[in-house]
Amino acid sequence: MLNKTASAIIESSRKYGWVLEPDAKRLFAEAGFDVPRFEWVRSVDEAVAAGERAGWPAVAKVVSPEVIHKSDVGGVAVGIEGPDEMREVFGRLSGIAGFEGVLVEEMIPGIELIVGGKIDEQFGPVVLAGMGGMGVEIYKDTAIRMAPITEGNVGSMLDEITAVGILRGYRGSAGVDMGKLKKLIADFSALMMEMADQIESVDLNPVICTEKKCVIADARIILKKNDN
Amino acid sequence: MDFRTLFEPKTMAVVGLSLSNERHPANIIYNKNYFRYPVKVFGVNPKGGMYHKEKIYRAISEIPEKIDLAVIAVRAEHVPGVLKECIDSWVGGAIVISGGFAETGRLDLRRQFEEIATQADFPILGPNCLGIYSSGLVDSLFLPSERMVRPDPGNVAIVSQSGGILVDQMVKFSEQGVGLSRAVSIGNKAAVKELDLLNYLARDEKTDVIAFYIEGFGPGEGREFVTAAGRSPKPVIVMKAGKSQAGSRAVSSHTASIAGDYAVFSSVMSQYGIVEAKDEYAMVSFCESLSCYPKGIEGRVGIVTASGGHGAVAVDTCEASGLIVPQFSMEVQEALRGRLSASIQPIASLGNPIDLTGSARDDDFVIAASELSRLPDVDCVIVLLLPYIPEVTSDVGARLSRVYQEEGKPIVAYVPHVEKYMMIIEGFQLNKVPVSSSIEGAVLMVEAMKRCMQC
Repeated sequence: MLNKTASAIIESSRKYGWVLEPDAKRLFAEAGFDVPRFEWVRSVDEAVAAGERAGWPAVAKVVSPEVIHKSDVGGVAVGIEGPDEMREVFGRLSGIAGFEGVLVEEMIPGIELIVGGKIDEQFGPVVLAGMGGMGVEIYKDTAIRMAPITEGNVGSMLDEITAVGILRGYRGSAGVDMGKLKKLIADFSALMMEMADQIESVDLNPVICTEKKCVIADARIILKKNDN
Repeated sequence: MDFRTLFEPKTMAVVGLSLSNERHPANIIYNKNYFRYPVKVFGVNPKGGMYHKEKIYRAISEIPEKIDLAVIAVRAEHVPGVLKECIDSWVGGAIVISGGFAETGRLDLRRQFEEIATQADFPILGPNCLGIYSSGLVDSLFLPSERMVRPDPGNVAIVSQSGGILVDQMVKFSEQGVGLSRAVSIGNKAAVKELDLLNYLARDEKTDVIAFYIEGFGPGEGREFVTAAGRSPKPVIVMKAGKSQAGSRAVSSHTASIAGDYAVFSSVMSQYGIVEAKDEYAMVSFCESLSCYPKGIEGRVGIVTASGGHGAVAVDTCEASGLIVPQFSMEVQEALRGRLSASIQPIASLGNPIDLTGSARDDDFVIAASELSRLPDVDCVIVLLLPYIPEVTSDVGARLSRVYQEEGKPIVAYVPHVEKYMMIIEGFQLNKVPVSSSIEGAVLMVEAMKRCMQC
């Protein structure tokens, strides 16, 4: 069962129909997943201070219940080099509809994946994993499994991804920690089973993986619509 | 719930027999079972009277024997009443041919139907279905016998939501020489669903392979189905219709957009080792292959041919299907070459594909197939047999089948399916070696063995 914090986060997000990124990240962190260090700030000075703490270059993203897809409205800035740029970015983000602050976090270089889940009408909770980032719906290089799946079964799932060679390391470039990736997907499938009654779908996009870790850099939880 | 009475009834009531219309579905069903099947048939019509020389009963309760199977072909509004009568008379199972329930907006009738079905402790098939064809035992398909194409009795069962597709598959089974144990049309599946039939057929001693044509599962039904299929000791084959995304549902996550209904269906089928056929042709090929070889392979193929072109096409098709065509060592090639006919020794190419050339004789095919069957890096042999080359005889099919019996490695043959080559084709089929009418079909047969985890 979901713990109290997770249930409270879901309950307080019902009015939006989905869970804002900072709350979604808290939920995943609470469930034992690795998320980047982040701060949710409301003023430009706080944003600069948070950037100092995260270290430059930093990332800033708009927090708004009206914006599900942040990149579509220019709501994501990466590689912010210092205080001046952060001030400029904050000014821009604060003009976005429904603005409720900015999420500032450390920038993690690595390979971008998507790990997602949805409640399928015929099969119940299913999970998806593959190459992530902006082009995810263009490349559709993903594999799907009915949840729950074990770490042992994630291997054959990843083998279905065309770009699996990149994950393993290709032509001198480092691959990712496959053990951590498998564990993340298996744990996520278990969490999907627990959240099945509450949610419609989840995107963890991107999950950034390196040789050493797999971090949920963005999370979007679409809640189940209340029919009654 | 006992499904055996649906498939192997001793007694059968046909409800809705017409006194005036010989083409009424009930009359067609009555006649074909009365004349051609061992089941004892009773006609039922509230008006009573005589049909030919037999009495028509006014109600099921008037029939002096216990009824194993009631086939109901009355108007939709009368169906709930007849079903209640079945419950009262301890009928063993029912097939509701009648349509006109949910599909025409009579949701009230559909609800009544479902309520009665939950009270009944016997299986109810339909409504809006053709029912059951059980080879040699019973046939509730309301198609005149002389119009139907009946496959030979065999070990493949097929379950279909669509009656039309079911009958069409029977034609294709017959054309391709695939033997049928049971054919089931489940129609609107208000009571009996795919899962129920899967559970029954997994235990049915007449069935070794279970094939489904599925339009869609109800909420959560898919999960139960794949879980059961994953546990089935018999191969399960599925063909899905309705693959395109329905409408333009607003989707707010990438996952929901990529993992559409069909993408999920297809992935989950393969996750559970269910062999999904993309079309009817693949369906028949998979059924034929797995009915002969219910065992899994890794998919390392040796190819024997009498034509370089056929060999090249087969290699391309294998590789596109994820099968491996290993290159044979010089040692293996020379050992094989020494055993071939003197006339082809200098001209045959033996790297894989093994091209025996147009001068090959039966013996050369048999020797090549045997040698390949013994190689550890081959787990299946495709023989592309060109029956028109001069030295090949009509014995070659039966002789190659013997190679399988002796070596135990699956052999799949390609022979053009025309009348004059039937003796070769039967030489394979009667000895349980699958034969395809195309190279692509032969490769599909190998692919089925690779994809079947239950095998």
